[in-house]
Amino acid sequence: MISDRINENSPWQDITQGNKLFEAATSREFITGEWRTQMPIHNAEKCRDCYLCVPVCPDMSIIVNKDEKIEFDMDHCKGCGICAKVCPFEAIKMEVQG
Amino acid sequence: MRERLSGNEAVAYAIKQINPDVMPAFPITPSTEIPQYVSTYIANGEMDTEFIHVESEHSSMSAAIGASAAGARALTATSSCGLALMWEELYVAASDRLPIVLALVNRALSGPININADHSDSMGARDSGWIQIYAESNQEAYDNFVQAYKIAENPGVMLPVMICQDGFITSHGVENIELIEDELVKGFVGEYDPVHYLLNAKEPMAVGPYAVSNYYMESKRGQREAMLNAKHVILDTAAEFEKISGRKYGFFEEYRLNDADYAIVIIGSAAGTAKAAIEQIRKTTHEKVGLLKIRVFRPFPEEEIAEALSNVKAVAILDRSEMFSGTGGPLGAEVTAALYRAKSEAEVVNYIYGLGGRDITIQDFTEIYDELKRIADTHEIRDNYRYIGLRERGRDNG
Repeated sequence: MISDRINENSPWQDITQGNKLFEAATSREFITGEWRTQMPIHNAEKCRDCYLCVPVCPDMSIIVNKDEKIEFDMDHCKGCGICAKVCPFEAIKMEVQG
Repeated sequence: MRERLSGNEAVAYAIKQINPDVMPAFPITPSTEIPQYVSTYIANGEMDTEFIHVESEHSSMSAAIGASAAGARALTATSSCGLALMWEELYVAASDRLPIVLALVNRALSGPININADHSDSMGARDSGWIQIYAESNQEAYDNFVQAYKIAENPGVMLPVMICQDGFITSHGVENIELIEDELVKGFVGEYDPVHYLLNAKEPMAVGPYAVSNYYMESKRGQREAMLNAKHVILDTAAEFEKISGRKYGFFEEYRLNDADYAIVIIGSAAGTAKAAIEQIRKTTHEKVGLLKIRVFRPFPEEEIAEALSNVKAVAILDRSEMFSGTGGPLGAEVTAALYRAKSEAEVVNYIYGLGGRDITIQDFTEIYDELKRIADTHEIRDNYRYIGLRERGRDNG
């Protein structure tokens, strides 16, 4: 984890030159799901596993698990609702987050 | 090698000798000739820099940033509004700590629209995090460019460098110049061997990540440290440069300042006129007048300037750009602050001169030295932020 080496407690001397990061896919560590005001509710009974929602998610937050079912990555889902819009079976519903 | 070249040609010649990897550029008066000469050298097979024809200066600096992040030695050239258009990227280049070199040919910013020399373009960019080095002559523009990459690429610095010269006055004026042999320049500058670069498949990396309030200040403090490190690197580089050229450089040039009672502080080509005035005054009235010509404006050598001016009675600081501040022009405000911190007792006055290419003459400098003598004698400053060479009502405007 990059955050083990550079984090919000790091003194300025420990920040890399130009803030360069020497790892790939470090955006995974940046939790943006808290920006969300609505959340997707998945109805597994209505879902036909067509996966149309997977490629349209702008944050790659819909993951197909080993059982070939979809799961939401709530650390990065921003609640945009595109998945709900694209689902032909009304298997995803957006709800205001409490 | 003795030659006669314009300042633009001299810088282009230095670029040819260094043969950097990537040069994205967009034409703008008076720096257009630099990419033009470089293109010719490339077309003639004299160098193999990758030249990118971009659609604007916003793009030229963006492409230079991309090339430098990828691991290439990158550069561009511009002037005035071209520099203004790359404003956003100037800060990015500095905060990403990319050792890009920019050949800047100083020209007034619009408006009113004007193509002649003043320092409003680079002075506006003085807070962008770039090192800024200025030249009085074609020779200095060439010499400064040869030294630029060694400063920029130093591991403790890793900052972009702006090599500035005055539009038309040096960029288009042809002067005798002493060029350094190709092998000596190549040996001096060396090959660029970046530690981290995007094209290194063995080390995946990200450049320019989002740094919000929890990282931005630490990042800026890092840039400041690099600026402080740049001070000794600039001096070390100058010392090394002297060995191949015989020419001496520092943060500034002191001209007859040793015994001077009255001093002028100035940047750029007008220093030549000031020197002529000094010789004339010393020969005729024998007043002890001297000059401090700033070469390095960023990092600003405040302690060294105050030390060099510690024995003068009165100082006039000359700015070739307007800041519309009660404290005078940018050089005036910073030199005054340096003198204040050093508890200097010298009287200080700030002049705005040469805006938009207005000439400054030996007569103007003589008038300034006369005024310094009057201020030193009377301790009465009538206006510590004033113009010279300005038409005014109630004055002989010749």
